[in-house]
Amino acid sequence: MRPLPKLDAFNRDFWTGGEHNELRIMYCNDCDAFIHPPRPVCRHCLSDNVAAKAVEGTGVVDTYTVNHQAWHPKMEVPFIVARVALDGAPGVYLTTNIIGCGVDEVEFGDRVKVTFERQDDVYLPLFEKIS
Amino acid sequence: MTKTNEAYITGIGQSEIGQNLQRHPLLLTVDAVKEALAEAGLSIHQIDGVSTYPGRVPQMLGFSPIGADELIDALGIKATWYAGGGEISSQLGAVVAAVGAIRSGQARHVICYRTVYEAAAMARPDEYPMPRRDRVEGSAQWTAPFNALSPATWFAQYAMRHVKKYGLTREQLAQIALTDRANALLNPRALVKKPLSLDEYMSARMVADPICLYDCDRFTDASTVLIVSAGDALDEVTCTPIRIVAMAGSVDRHSWDQAEWMASYATGRDLWQRTDYTPADVDTAQLYDGFSFLTLTWLEGLGFCEVGEGGRFIEGGKRIALDGELPLNTFGGQIGGGRLHGFGFAHEAVVQLRGLGGDRQIKGDPKVAVATSGGGPLATALLLARD
Repeated sequence: MRPLPKLDAFNRDFWTGGEHNELRIMYCNDCDAFIHPPRPVCRHCLSDNVAAKAVEGTGVVDTYTVNHQAWHPKMEVPFIVARVALDGAPGVYLTTNIIGCGVDEVEFGDRVKVTFERQDDVYLPLFEKIS
Repeated sequence: MTKTNEAYITGIGQSEIGQNLQRHPLLLTVDAVKEALAEAGLSIHQIDGVSTYPGRVPQMLGFSPIGADELIDALGIKATWYAGGGEISSQLGAVVAAVGAIRSGQARHVICYRTVYEAAAMARPDEYPMPRRDRVEGSAQWTAPFNALSPATWFAQYAMRHVKKYGLTREQLAQIALTDRANALLNPRALVKKPLSLDEYMSARMVADPICLYDCDRFTDASTVLIVSAGDALDEVTCTPIRIVAMAGSVDRHSWDQAEWMASYATGRDLWQRTDYTPADVDTAQLYDGFSFLTLTWLEGLGFCEVGEGGRFIEGGKRIALDGELPLNTFGGQIGGGRLHGFGFAHEAVVQLRGLGGDRQIKGDPKVAVATSGGGPLATALLLARD
């Protein structure tokens, strides 16, 4: 069981978009920029004309690590923690897991696409390699 | 140069340093305060300010058990200024705040302290219960759901970029931990008193590539005190004052995972905008090593070497050894000296600049030191000099 986020008015679209198979990132309708983490104001132009918008759901592995340490007794290791740069949303990175491949099969620059894992009311955006 | 409005570190003090200490954290703090007062030749009645990081944290008392308000009342301090909080540029931000109070005439002698009781809290969960959390909020929600539960995992990704982009090797990174552990052997108060070899380091269990067990500090119980005094109050002080020449605590993007570069780079860059000194003037560097990779980013961020060259800069360890051109973390850092959480670096800079390092005293006549804390989205750098 993963620690789950507490949902609120600003993060709900991000954490539940997976129900519709969409990765939703906060977007400024005034200056056409994505904002992450989601907040009710644009960090580029200070506009509050913002709303979540679906992105492609693809991206590139910007960096990663292989987590070997079990941080609690039930944690299965090793696994990949990666920082993914999202296509179409410059400057937005997601910390996530790369799944569906061995821990030695991930490399910088790998193309990845989102896949959602549901737990309770949360749809976690995980990523797998595009072969 | 007029001494008015300048700020100096005068008395410094440290409690016993250990794990699962039975002595109450308030008393550890008092021990460190008394040592600092004695060194400065000050009495508690001359103290008129208190500053700490991050203040009392009720839901995680081991992390920070003693608040500024509690210390003020417990010691009968008549405070004209005080502050304690975590929303500042990391641990030594408490010193930065105190300097502001000194320079604006709000206080003359400020006790700055950091008390940690994390090892005791871990060993005695009945006394110090861990917070129970159903759902994560704030910045943790962007990492914890992916089982990225430790700063080790977050920093490992920045370290991995150095591995892939700049060719950082484990043998190079090892030199931080090896230097720390070698220096700790010469520090009577150090937490870890066991030598570490390169072979042991290379065969250590991995935490998150490329960070291994020996790249991490460990929970410690201790208190560290730095008294910051006004330049026009130095005639009340008997110890050699150490001037706070310049300070920085910049951040380009306050985030654990959206930032291109950790705050050690912006902070290091900005420190040198505020002084005529240059990195070449620095006689010793005391650079935060909660994880050894942070120290490497500080070496680059402060301009001791180019960005990406940190691994080659420390290769072999000679340059950063006690008798090298840039003696590093001479008390053992946090990895060898104990997780004093930032304050240990400024404490040691003062020890070295006063020539009081004993077996670990660096050669020559050191006059300039840099001390840092943090390195993620939180970072502080202090440039210190003996005039």
